[in-house]
Amino acid sequence: MSYQIPKFRHPDLPVNDLGYTKAAYEGSISTLCAGCGHDSISGALVRACHELSIEPHKIAKLSGIGCSSKTPTYFLGKSHGFNSVHGRMPSVVTGAAMANRDLLYLGVSGDGDTASIGMGQFAHVIRRNLNMVYVVMNNGCYGLTKGQDSATADEGSAGKKGDVNPFNAIDLCGTALQMGATFVARSFSGDKDQLEPLIKAAMSHRGFALIDVISPCVTFNNTPASTKSYEFVRDHAEATGTVDFVPMRQEITTSSRPGAAHEVTMHDGSVLRLYEDVDTLNPFDRRSAMMALMDQQHEGNILTGLIYLDKSSRDLHDVLETSHRPLNQLEEDELCPGNKMLVNINASLR
Amino acid sequence: MKRLKSVNDFVIKFANVNGTGSASANNLFAKALFRMGLPVSPKNIFPSNIQGLPTWYEVRVSEKGYLGRRGGVDIILSVNPQSMAQDIREIEPGGYFIYDNTKPLDLRLVRNDITVIGLPLTRICNEKYQDPRQRQLFKNVIYVGALAALLDIDFKVLTDLVADQFKGKEKLILPNIKALELGHQYAKDNFDCPIGIRVKSVDKVGDKILLDGNTALGLGAIYGGATVAAWYPITPSTSVVDAFEKYARRVRIDPGTGRRNYAIVQAEDELAAIGMVIGASWNGARAFTATSGPGLSLMSEFLGLAYFAEIPTVLFDVQRAGPSTGMPTRTQQSDVLAAAYASHGDTKHVLLFPSTPKECFDFGAASFDLAERLQTPIIMLTDLDLGMNDNMSEPLEWDDSREYDRGKVLSEADLDEMESFGRYLDSDGDAICYRTYPGAHPEKGAFFTRGSSRDEQAVYTEKGEEYERNMLRLLQKWDTIKEYVPAPEIIASKEPTDMAVLYFGTTEASAREAVDYLAQEGVALDAMRVRAFPFNQEVEDFIDEHERVFVIEQNRDAQLRTLLMAEFEFGPDKLKSVLCFDGTPISARNIRKQILEHLPGNNVTPLHRKVRANGVGERA
Repeated sequence: MSYQIPKFRHPDLPVNDLGYTKAAYEGSISTLCAGCGHDSISGALVRACHELSIEPHKIAKLSGIGCSSKTPTYFLGKSHGFNSVHGRMPSVVTGAAMANRDLLYLGVSGDGDTASIGMGQFAHVIRRNLNMVYVVMNNGCYGLTKGQDSATADEGSAGKKGDVNPFNAIDLCGTALQMGATFVARSFSGDKDQLEPLIKAAMSHRGFALIDVISPCVTFNNTPASTKSYEFVRDHAEATGTVDFVPMRQEITTSSRPGAAHEVTMHDGSVLRLYEDVDTLNPFDRRSAMMALMDQQHEGNILTGLIYLDKSSRDLHDVLETSHRPLNQLEEDELCPGNKMLVNINASLR
Repeated sequence: MKRLKSVNDFVIKFANVNGTGSASANNLFAKALFRMGLPVSPKNIFPSNIQGLPTWYEVRVSEKGYLGRRGGVDIILSVNPQSMAQDIREIEPGGYFIYDNTKPLDLRLVRNDITVIGLPLTRICNEKYQDPRQRQLFKNVIYVGALAALLDIDFKVLTDLVADQFKGKEKLILPNIKALELGHQYAKDNFDCPIGIRVKSVDKVGDKILLDGNTALGLGAIYGGATVAAWYPITPSTSVVDAFEKYARRVRIDPGTGRRNYAIVQAEDELAAIGMVIGASWNGARAFTATSGPGLSLMSEFLGLAYFAEIPTVLFDVQRAGPSTGMPTRTQQSDVLAAAYASHGDTKHVLLFPSTPKECFDFGAASFDLAERLQTPIIMLTDLDLGMNDNMSEPLEWDDSREYDRGKVLSEADLDEMESFGRYLDSDGDAICYRTYPGAHPEKGAFFTRGSSRDEQAVYTEKGEEYERNMLRLLQKWDTIKEYVPAPEIIASKEPTDMAVLYFGTTEASAREAVDYLAQEGVALDAMRVRAFPFNQEVEDFIDEHERVFVIEQNRDAQLRTLLMAEFEFGPDKLKSVLCFDGTPISARNIRKQILEHLPGNNVTPLHRKVRANGVGERA
């Protein structure tokens, strides 16, 4: 069931450059469990889109199947949404993005949807560097089917039933780096100060942007023996540094702190400022990113923040040299060559 | 020995090794006869392999215009010792065996009831050419030259064809003509030319063309306005996308920017391919995929989504012999049921059955109109025989006044005038609802597409009555669809009769020929070619009007017959099966034989019992 949020809002709510309050970016009321990490991510998505002043209807939100994939109902109610089939969201986004390059594609998936049934499509959408934001709400378990371990559950971790997971975990950020992702970040649903700027940066990136968000399952996997619990993640998160995102339209001087190690101008003209905490990481070097991931994993920590960014990213439309105009806007006379050409073709076949 | 004698009516089969360049020489042969005004139907019989295995090219020549496989071979041209024993056995008594006699014929293979003609192809090549690749390639051209003398092919037609074929590579023209002359001269000097079987120029092809169905289909997608193609390579469908790309490069480049007005994505598998088609179609582009049986199986889940969420989807299935990997390079019509009811739950899909390249083009282009109008998957079932062989066809045509039917889509202006929008609200009473493209309007028209149950406003629901109402509307839409899909083609017998044949797709040519044979023997049959599923009313009426209907198809399980029984509840006694599933196109002789066996008074053993008792046995 979907329940609509009451329309009444405080009259003095701040509006963005388009004149929209945050309410214009909200969706129906969530039916997930109280305290679910996913709802915090939905909230971060709403705030990020509002603050970036993206026209809501210029976003398409697509998902697979699972608790995470239900969330697109809970944000961006003015956007078209597509709840596809389990593990196949990347292919649907690929087709959609080919049809209309002018929309912003937001893919939402979970750890089961991505790391198990959807691993193949995840790998290949990365390899093609499709221009999209791919958010994984990663809780290490299957919520809708009552708590089975997923492929991102750490070896030795245990959920509500108490069975210890005997299998090695798939690290989605490591996999993404290996597959050639051009933007790789990890965050925690409980850390909106880190998550929101990462979402904004991902939305400004031209190419495939992964944000793997550890998002505890309060019902099945928030136990003392779980490595995806609120407590464990808070204690073991090791941030690469902090990120300030400065939208294109904003004066750079205002909110920025001094001491940024890097300043990156994104494709849409916004600026990303990175402040380093892990000094061995060079986020513009894939090998360094891989090394930092493995180092922190070795220490028993979870590396979060912006892990890798390819500043010279070329997306699938660049590679395929598709028309600058969206393909779904081409007119019949541009598409159909007419009978004259058939007369010539017929002649060559006699 | 009585030698076979005929003018413009024979079957010749070339026995080659794959990967030796024989295809273009064999093609040259068939095209030359076509240019002499003769109906020809060449068929590749090839292995799932790139180099070194036996491959055959069978050409039927029929002044009467019979284009199906006849059955039996009158002339074998053999340059492959590997398959020689089998090839010689296949020749009809009185037929001809033409072979490379550089190496003498194994005496154990000699038959007294055929004429053996030896051409020292390897020796000639070794004498004339130094380069090993040239020796191999020209060997093929030399035998075409020899055949020109043996069968009395107009030599000028051949040389003109070579000039056409190598337009732009003029350096290659003379050496090829030279090779043709070498073979021609040798045959003239050593044999009485022409032999008993020969050709003579006629005008029996009119303005027809020689084209493979897959190329026609790729062109159909261009004309139908497809901009997104997503696919995974699989025989025998690969050349559909190849053709689409070839023509897109020609006609879909933006003149101002040089950029492409199309996108082709080679997917990681068929699941992704159909997912991309659904995503693109949902977003307002015309998109398609091409595949074969194994791909169709993989696409099932997504087809259910497209059916239930009502997303236009175009799928071209070039069928091959299944199940599983089956015989990947042999033909069959065995995906009928898998396609009609693909996916779990109550699903039904629209099927189109083309039988000629012209129809591949027409139905290919029409698929996009149908998919958008009906908001459901359109699955076109062609097959390897039609898709990968050159077929004689009516020329392709496009009515320039025709406009695409983009179906029920609301624009920003439409939405402005509306109070409310319900994606699954049947406001016109035809069970087809209005949709919007993402990004259409800042405030109105957004909805959530999903494979889960939802109400008319596209909001998730688990209420049984809402679910049921929606499922019944989809069934009502099924009735609407019957008005849009191509009607069957009916050919009445000259004599009144209560018996009929019913067939679809590539069975047409052989079925029509068999009906002619049977008419000459006093067995009158009406004929109907089904061109789509759901079946229109005419299909039901036709079956009703006949006492007995022979359903001819190229699969083991009589899949179309099952579909007819499931949809119309006809009794099994009324519909008799005529089947061929050995991977070769069904032949007219085979159809005739099976129908005669079924006739009252003949001792009929139902097929399934016969198969159990004897194995498949001799049915060709």
